[in-house]
Amino acid sequence: MNKWTRRSFITTGLLAGGGLMVGVALRPGNRAKGLAQHVTSEGETFVHTWVKLDANNVVTAIVPHAEMGQGVGTALTQMLADELNADWNLVKFEEAPAITPFANHPILKGMLPPGVEIPEIVVPTVDGLLMRTAQALNLQITGGSMSVRSTGVYGMRVAGAAVQEMLRLAAAEAWQVPLDQVVARNSQLIHEASSRTEPYSAFAAAASEMTPPSTPQLKTPEEFTIIGHHVERHDIPSKVDGTATFALDVRLPNMLYATVRRTPTFGGGIESLDDSKARALPGVVDVIRLPASKAEALVGNFTATESVAVVAEGYWPAKQGLDALKIVWSETANDYVSSASIFEQFDRDISAGVDREVDVAEGDFEATMANAAQVIEADYRAPYLAHTCMEPLNATAVVEDGRAEVWVGCQAPLPFRQAIADAMGFDAENVTLHNCFMGGGFGRKSRADYAIQAVQLAAKMGRPVQLIWTREEDVRQDFYRPAVQSRFRAGLDKDGNLTAWENTYVDKHEPVEAPLIPYTPLTASNIGYVSSPTHVPFGAWRSVDHSQHGFFTESFFDEVAVAAGQDPYEYRAARLADKPRQLAVLRKAAEAAGWGAPLGEGQGRGISFQECFGSIVAQVVEVTVLDGQTQVDRVVAAVDAGIAVSPDGLSAQIESGIIYGLTAALYGEITIENGAVKQSNFSDYEALRISAAPKIETHIINSGSAIGGAGEPGTPGVAPALANAIFDATGFRVRSLPINLIDLDYKVEDVVTPA
Amino acid sequence: MTVLTVNGVKQETSVDSSTPLLWVIREQLELTGTKFGCGIGQCGACTVRLNGTAIRSCLTPVAAADGQEIQTIEGLAPSDGALHSLQAAWIKHQVPQCGYCQSGQLMSAAALLESNPTPSDEDIDLAMEGNICRCGMYGRIKAAIKTAAKAGSDNTANGTADALTIIATAKETADE
Repeated sequence: MNKWTRRSFITTGLLAGGGLMVGVALRPGNRAKGLAQHVTSEGETFVHTWVKLDANNVVTAIVPHAEMGQGVGTALTQMLADELNADWNLVKFEEAPAITPFANHPILKGMLPPGVEIPEIVVPTVDGLLMRTAQALNLQITGGSMSVRSTGVYGMRVAGAAVQEMLRLAAAEAWQVPLDQVVARNSQLIHEASSRTEPYSAFAAAASEMTPPSTPQLKTPEEFTIIGHHVERHDIPSKVDGTATFALDVRLPNMLYATVRRTPTFGGGIESLDDSKARALPGVVDVIRLPASKAEALVGNFTATESVAVVAEGYWPAKQGLDALKIVWSETANDYVSSASIFEQFDRDISAGVDREVDVAEGDFEATMANAAQVIEADYRAPYLAHTCMEPLNATAVVEDGRAEVWVGCQAPLPFRQAIADAMGFDAENVTLHNCFMGGGFGRKSRADYAIQAVQLAAKMGRPVQLIWTREEDVRQDFYRPAVQSRFRAGLDKDGNLTAWENTYVDKHEPVEAPLIPYTPLTASNIGYVSSPTHVPFGAWRSVDHSQHGFFTESFFDEVAVAAGQDPYEYRAARLADKPRQLAVLRKAAEAAGWGAPLGEGQGRGISFQECFGSIVAQVVEVTVLDGQTQVDRVVAAVDAGIAVSPDGLSAQIESGIIYGLTAALYGEITIENGAVKQSNFSDYEALRISAAPKIETHIINSGSAIGGAGEPGTPGVAPALANAIFDATGFRVRSLPINLIDLDYKVEDVVTPA
Repeated sequence: MTVLTVNGVKQETSVDSSTPLLWVIREQLELTGTKFGCGIGQCGACTVRLNGTAIRSCLTPVAAADGQEIQTIEGLAPSDGALHSLQAAWIKHQVPQCGYCQSGQLMSAAALLESNPTPSDEDIDLAMEGNICRCGMYGRIKAAIKTAAKAGSDNTANGTADALTIIATAKETADE
């Protein structure tokens, strides 16, 4: 932990008023030159973390990550404050403005933490990402559970340590005492022998003159005083009194409101529009057809079809106007596509196996299967899912004289800025983007479609416009978690050992390792995919491909354990025997849950194991199924994220990830009918409510390994643990989601044959 | 003309009387702590109190609030700089993540505790069932309501049940 390596440099500067500014950057070479010179010479900017020490002794970190509920600002600030030996009450966090110098590079570097084994199939992707990084600087992304393990590890800690070293040097020089006698503690510099104590800020100007250390000494975990300790989140007080500003809360003088409807059938368009009734409504100002749009960013690329917006003096008249529009949508080639036809296509394409791409192929699969004492096969399915962030999509914009100013909550400010600039034909420098708190993100707010609409409307109206999507539009115009089908075959030897594992699924996205299983030994395995594209727009959804493959692989592996006649927990444990860190997590969850203890009537217990986003999570679910009603009673999770920077924050993320995954497992389904989404709102796309929420217990293991992610790892494991628990309770194997569509009260004797 | 008393302040509005109260609060009165979430009374983000009762302001025509007392999240604290016992408990339990639903959650919880100062788990489920939290902080919401209820009942037992003492107790609990 106390070594930070290569490719970093630190730069300093003096702020007006005597403050200190320090930037930490990554770069390909190892020359410790000034940032400006570096930028000029190579035309690239790498600084990702700025730390400001002002005259009032307040330290402010400026980092390129957006707050969507995950508490990122607090966790990152903890990492800075600890290395800096700062007074926690004198440390603040600001989100970096969406301008290029704050582009977020370590998010990619962070994909290669030292000491982490990278599965072979991942390597080309990682290399590809790094290569693309060198070309494209439009990265200011919050996603992939990356903030703490990239910016935190490579930026905040390094910055904190460097600033502390420079301040101590400055104090030692000023006081004419040996450096090793100067102590930095609680934002004060102390020389005990001469009883001298001064605030950090007293030496800010002197420190800014110094050559920054090229390799500041980082603390060992035993030395942490703030990392790993409980602190309260900075943003919470403003979220209990209504003062937190979300994009929806922006109020500009002379502002109009708008709401919008896009072509419901993806790929369609508008045949005709009769807006006469809408225009006649009081408060309605205009009805505007917006063209199809697209963005071709490194992150968040999309295409979106035409839409119609109603602009009014308030949201309510705009919504009334929208409902009064008479729109005839054009016919499309997708008008007869349904969820059923999509899954038929998946089934066909998996069976055909045309151009099947291989993730992993080890051993002689067919020969191993031929020798198997037992073969089991199963197909699994997961539906499309919407994100339904609590805050409906919205953005506020002003466009004047070839410049746009935009207020939005988004996960990718720089790509948004570029997408807006491209859509408007502006230079990116002429787009100012203010990123606000997000009322949830979950991957949806990495696509700029809604922000572009707001800017287009503001340009047409010549006045500020706040565009607010209806919830119905949010459900029907998402970039959905893709539907997937996954087919398995497994072979077991006469002792019940898994010897062969085959898996073919449709369509691969990210992370590429999502379909892999951690269990060994295997004589042969073959995991691969076929392409089976549909017209439904898709995007990242909390935990991305892990969310489907976690359900598939951990459920089917449970089937293998059952076929072997062995306990699903012990069967897993035996096959993690050569992975002590992973095994410890599995054991912790099982032991904390009381695995094996007797259960009541209708109750069952299931387990799952997931390694994703650099963290390891095991979950045990207890469920009661009575009269066909499923009640999830308890979820026990064990998590090893290396070191829990903010233990309560990590627990909160695991709790949140579990409820998000549980909502999907129990209720989540977006169905396609006539090429469009059938669901519309929380009435038919349900969210888990308080009475259905299980008791969640999170157990944190600090293994000291590289720091892992927190926002996503809790999500994938809950669906399989629940499905496995339902099997334990009922003997019914859940192979498709959501669970509420399954009749768990079905009994053969209930089927009445007509006389 | 509709006349409302919002957080103790008399307000007049001339918007169409069928306009949902939510949009009057957010747009005319510029009290943006109350949120829009679904528009059909399903998610609870727009919850405010009408004469003390928790209501979904996205479905309530402003005419229905004419002459009535409205309380929004901005009016929950007993005075500037102080916190309602629920707000203190929300901080103690670090309830909010994205925070977007929390104004509605707090207003529903405030209505609950006023009518039922010592709610059971089932009472809490019933009162809070209409408030969705997509960040899934239900366990913390339940724990925080119990903390606030305990702060209230401790003070009642001491015969000092005024709001500010309740707050002080909640803060002490938070400091533990």
